[in-house]
Amino acid sequence: MKRLTILLGLALLPISGCSSGWGWYVVSPATTSGMTNLKFLLSGLYYTVLLSLTAIVISVVVGLLVALPGLSANRSMRNFNRVYVELVRAIPILVLILWVYYGLPQLTGLSISVFWAGVIALALSDSAFQAEIFRAGIQSINRGQYEAAHSVSLSYVDTMRFVILPQAIRRILPALGNQLVYMLKMSSLVSVIGMQELTRKANELVVTEYRPLEIYTVLVLEYLALILVVSAFVRWLEHRMKADERN
Amino acid sequence: MALGKANAIISIRNVSKYFGDFRALNDVTLDVSSGERVVVCGPSGSGKSTLIRCINRLETHESGSIVVNGTELDGKAGSVNAIRASVGMVFQQFNLFPHLTVMENLTLGPVRARGTSPAEAKELAMRYLARVRIPEQADKYPRQLSGGQQQRVAIARSLCMEPKIMLFDEPTSALDPEMINEVLEVMAELAGTGMTMICVTHEMGFARRVADKMVFMDHGEIVEMAPPDQFFRAPGTARCRDFLQKILHH
Repeated sequence: MKRLTILLGLALLPISGCSSGWGWYVVSPATTSGMTNLKFLLSGLYYTVLLSLTAIVISVVVGLLVALPGLSANRSMRNFNRVYVELVRAIPILVLILWVYYGLPQLTGLSISVFWAGVIALALSDSAFQAEIFRAGIQSINRGQYEAAHSVSLSYVDTMRFVILPQAIRRILPALGNQLVYMLKMSSLVSVIGMQELTRKANELVVTEYRPLEIYTVLVLEYLALILVVSAFVRWLEHRMKADERN
Repeated sequence: MALGKANAIISIRNVSKYFGDFRALNDVTLDVSSGERVVVCGPSGSGKSTLIRCINRLETHESGSIVVNGTELDGKAGSVNAIRASVGMVFQQFNLFPHLTVMENLTLGPVRARGTSPAEAKELAMRYLARVRIPEQADKYPRQLSGGQQQRVAIARSLCMEPKIMLFDEPTSALDPEMINEVLEVMAELAGTGMTMICVTHEMGFARRVADKMVFMDHGEIVEMAPPDQFFRAPGTARCRDFLQKILHH
């Protein structure tokens, strides 16, 4: 009972305006400075979305290109797939971001922008998982589909493009949605090299305003809203593709 | 042994095939002349399906030679492409593309592999759908059709590639009994057009009506080969007699 009262009190604090714990003024749309801060926090949305979408598009393409040799009858092709997946999957994303941004320019002599360093690191890291998802999806398609495609003389590329992948993608859509959500969250790590995305903006505001509780709570809500939108989109897509087959 | 008749469109010579230690085909020799209808029967595991799957290279044979429509199947990509362009195949499980409509199932091969224009391919598809008597199903998806209808779509899909030879791998084995006849009718009609056909089937009524040549296989070997009246009236081996007794009296 006592614990419940405390919980209730904590929940009511922001509403009651009792400011021993919370100080919502810092992001209150009612005041000019609060509004400015809020706009500052939201301005990170652009790069979070752009970074994640660019990275996921690249990682899906790379993942598919890595998955296909994994399904080959040729042993060295399969080995390439295994080595790529095992190696890339083993590197923590944060480490990969640091390596690409600070390490890679030393190796190549070319400087790389924060944005592209982030995209490369996120896409590379995710591609190993995409490769495994695609491999599983393609493997789940009945062998008869290949045989039928073969018997109407389709080439390998056409068989994949028109027969196997459309069916495989339907099956792996929930997993692809998962990866997109994961990518949106992992993009916050790119803040460490100075990418002006949601997390970086929040960090910068915390340094000037000294209100980590409110600012990071807003940050949590920003990711939550973003990801709920993505989830709804993926579900809608799933539903639409199923409807396609039913009609 | 004479090496292939002059008019043989399929010439199979001493073909053997192993799955690991299991000998699926053992020194099989068979000629099929243009326009001939061959029915292959035999107990399950006797190598019937393997034999016809070797003809369009869904399986590879280890020894012997297979010549189809003048092209030797030697594993080179060119020969595989040449052969599958002239050979159509109908599967036990239909293997229609479930995410495509009937029309798309039929036009995919002609448009992508033969370079037929979409409009022409559609015309071709409607012609063959009419021939298998389901032109009204063109815009449906396979799952909306009955098994018999699906198999007829699969036959039409093969015919759209305008093959010289049609292979049927137990085309009615996955069907409910009341749908078997509609598929057999379509096949019999096709036989009437002079198409070269090899059918693996247990439908002996169909075989009697349509076949020019009966082939009985057991343990990967061709045990008996004869015209149907002789085959059914006086099977020459005990194994074949046993088999026929089992499937004719049930």
